[in-house]
Amino acid sequence: MIDGGPMPRRVLVALLASAVMLSGCATDGGAKPKTAAAAPAKGPGAGKGYSHDPYPSTYKAYPGVPTLVTHVTIFDGEGGKIDNGSALFADGKIVEIGQNIAAPAGATTIDGTGKVLTPGIIDIHSHLGDYPSPGVQANSDGNEATGPVTADVWAEHSIWPQDPGFSRALVNGGVTSLQILPGSANLFGGRSVVIKNVYSRTEQGMKFPGAPYGLKMACGENPKRVYGSKGRQPSTRMGNIAVDRQTWARATEYKRKWDKYERDGGEPPARDIGMDTLRGVLAGEILVQNHCYRADEMAIVLDMAKEFGYHVGAFHHAVEAYKIGDLLKANGTCAAVWADWWGFKMESYDAISENLALLQKAGACGMIHSDDANGIQRLNQEVAKALAAGRRAGIDISDATAWTWLTYNPAKALGIAEKTGSLKPGKMADLVLWNGNPFSVYARPEKVWIDGALLYDANNPKLRPVSDFELGQPGSGDTK
Amino acid sequence: MKRLLLSTAALTIAALATPAAAQSVAITNAKLVIGDGSAPIERGTVIVRNGKVIAAGENVAVPSGIEVVDAGGRYVTPGIVAGFTRMGIVEVDGVDQTNDAGANGSPFHASIDVAAAINPHTSSIPLNRAEGVTRAIVAPENRGSIFAGLGAVIDLGADNSPVSTPRAFQFMEYGEGGASAAGGSRPAAMAQFRNALYQARAYAKSSGSYADQGKDALLTRADAAALEPVVSGRMPLLVHVERASDMLALIDLKREMPQLRFVFIGASEGWIVAKELAAAHIPVIASALNDLPQSFESLGATQSNVGRMKAAGVIVGIGTINDDEARQARLEKQYAGNLVALTRIPGATGMSWNAAFAAITSVPADAIGLGGEIGSLRPGRQGDVVIWSGDPLELDTAALAVYIDGVKQPLATRQAELLKRYIQPQEGALPKAYER
Repeated sequence: MIDGGPMPRRVLVALLASAVMLSGCATDGGAKPKTAAAAPAKGPGAGKGYSHDPYPSTYKAYPGVPTLVTHVTIFDGEGGKIDNGSALFADGKIVEIGQNIAAPAGATTIDGTGKVLTPGIIDIHSHLGDYPSPGVQANSDGNEATGPVTADVWAEHSIWPQDPGFSRALVNGGVTSLQILPGSANLFGGRSVVIKNVYSRTEQGMKFPGAPYGLKMACGENPKRVYGSKGRQPSTRMGNIAVDRQTWARATEYKRKWDKYERDGGEPPARDIGMDTLRGVLAGEILVQNHCYRADEMAIVLDMAKEFGYHVGAFHHAVEAYKIGDLLKANGTCAAVWADWWGFKMESYDAISENLALLQKAGACGMIHSDDANGIQRLNQEVAKALAAGRRAGIDISDATAWTWLTYNPAKALGIAEKTGSLKPGKMADLVLWNGNPFSVYARPEKVWIDGALLYDANNPKLRPVSDFELGQPGSGDTK
Repeated sequence: MKRLLLSTAALTIAALATPAAAQSVAITNAKLVIGDGSAPIERGTVIVRNGKVIAAGENVAVPSGIEVVDAGGRYVTPGIVAGFTRMGIVEVDGVDQTNDAGANGSPFHASIDVAAAINPHTSSIPLNRAEGVTRAIVAPENRGSIFAGLGAVIDLGADNSPVSTPRAFQFMEYGEGGASAAGGSRPAAMAQFRNALYQARAYAKSSGSYADQGKDALLTRADAAALEPVVSGRMPLLVHVERASDMLALIDLKREMPQLRFVFIGASEGWIVAKELAAAHIPVIASALNDLPQSFESLGATQSNVGRMKAAGVIVGIGTINDDEARQARLEKQYAGNLVALTRIPGATGMSWNAAFAAITSVPADAIGLGGEIGSLRPGRQGDVVIWSGDPLELDTAALAVYIDGVKQPLATRQAELLKRYIQPQEGALPKAYER
């Protein structure tokens, strides 16, 4: 996130005022007026016309202890594997990953024999908090379905930090970071946010520090069904694209005006909260996360992105991505997919379980995602199914490579790959120790650390978070 | 093999155009799972003759004239019995014309009968068959009444007769779903339920005079007739219910009307009233892994639900109500595997492998009274057998061979054809459309 604040208004006014007064004081040819009137008024500076981070993250890592895990199978998330290895982390960061590491004085040592250590899983597509449990109307805040273009809303402003779903994702799923997006009722759904899977009293307290924002877009059946049934545009796929293009054209104009103002000064243009987000996309600060199922529609979106000079970061769901792996690779666009969810709509009819494997084969960037409060609890299992399907089709992918689908690739698509998503020295200590092979249905997380703090321990009932909502309810505090 | 096409007997048995000989197979050298909760038998043999299991176990002699298949030590099990689905009555959920699960504008409710609407060529059927699902409990969806109608049990065979037991059960919604259908409250649902039972009994006493009741009959004659076997106890009544107190209310009703054969579906809070469920002998076809308070009727949801109910003596199998039930019954193997995983988590209650496998085979069959016909390799059951590449509950295992009624099934799917076409996405000498 670019940290720019607006220039204090009084200073700006003073500058303008002084220029005017000085220019009015020009006298005879003798003395040259010492004035700024000859030079154009300065603007506030690039990115400084308004705050780009008005709801800043207040997340702070919780305390941890230096920890050494030994004799453990390690998948580093980037395609590397170490058998019988060691991992050391301290002060919230990975220190060293290797074969034999000496325990520093005072470190907690964990024997990982028979266990597996991986980066924490990153789910790039979740509506936890926005469509929380219980799924009652009063808390269903994921789709501002009052118009097809709601680039102005921010998914984080709908997050209910007390959603019990976060704890399930942590404890059963080993998920340490996730992106919360608006739903897909709208063409422009709004801004998404990356959060750490750490409970907080406020949504700002969960926000991943330094993560870029995303823009949720949607193509296909959902927007045209939602608005078509109200007799509004869009009601067809061509209507979808027409509204998209018109909106980008407006955004281009908005960007031009604000860029000029920030560079040259003058009257600031009118502020449009939705256009702020689109301007961010055009400037390359905000990443496009585009719900889209069909191959042909993804191809159209890729051309639209070229038309307006932006990049599609990732297609989500992308059920037909396997038909265009070559196109996705050529455009540097990722695909976040399911293992085997299919058939509920026409656009999901051609889903095949080999989707991820075919993307890998094509050299394209693929990853798993859940879009579901239950699915997020077993993304490792979903990848196991996808991997097995690929192998049966003759696509030979190692377990270590498959771990990129769960960790490093989503981190890249979210712009946080330098901070997390793999076990490399200096990165955030977001790790899961599994009680067995995480690609087996019989394995579960045993311990989960986020920024080096132990936030779940299967053997310690006190290290299992319980949201406010669940206190005092039937089964409160249960192993869920 | 000569086909007996000219035999009138073969022609009148509409279900089977396959000669009897093709319904027989002996599978030897198997890691044999009977499906009744007992441990696998190393080096077992199962014999299917004329569509039925005649023997399964160790040291079973293979009769002559039957094709023998050597399983090479692999797992051989009964096919999966999907405990609660809408398979065969829905093609694409979002496309109304292909979705026969429920009817918004029908005056009929309990008498709605899915049997004639089951399409064996629904794309979910070959897909699930290829993953070892051989039978499915298929239920309608309720609209405008707590009663959804008459469900069926189907086989997933590649033939034109999917229904193996039509009108196998009545399905109804209680809880939030029933309340909403009955006008907006649980008491309204209970009133509708009691009234329906009363009127079904009245119908049974005097069917001729039933139609004359006019507006006093809140139930059509057809619906009353459909409910008569439920009232008399001849037909199981599957009830979707999640909340503990709702289950207790139904158990109370059963005390009043002991002949009602309840089967509870979903039952996320079943663990809270497990003792009562066991004492009332009410079988449960539960959602396996619900662990979220998705609604106020499942606040106590936990993955330990099924394990806790089983430990208390409840007959509990697995079904997939409201969980892509038209298409994804195949996931039951993964769900069962997850229940086994729980046995290694402190504080959780899971199930053993043997019990978990029974929960997706014999137990759902037993729950609806069909355990004598399907769901296990006990003698006399239909010859639904699967040879697996590995542990059937493990994520990387595939079904290598699937037999239904002793007939070896094709495992081709539409998805496999798509894979074949797109294993190389770029066009060759001709457009992709020419690649088959």
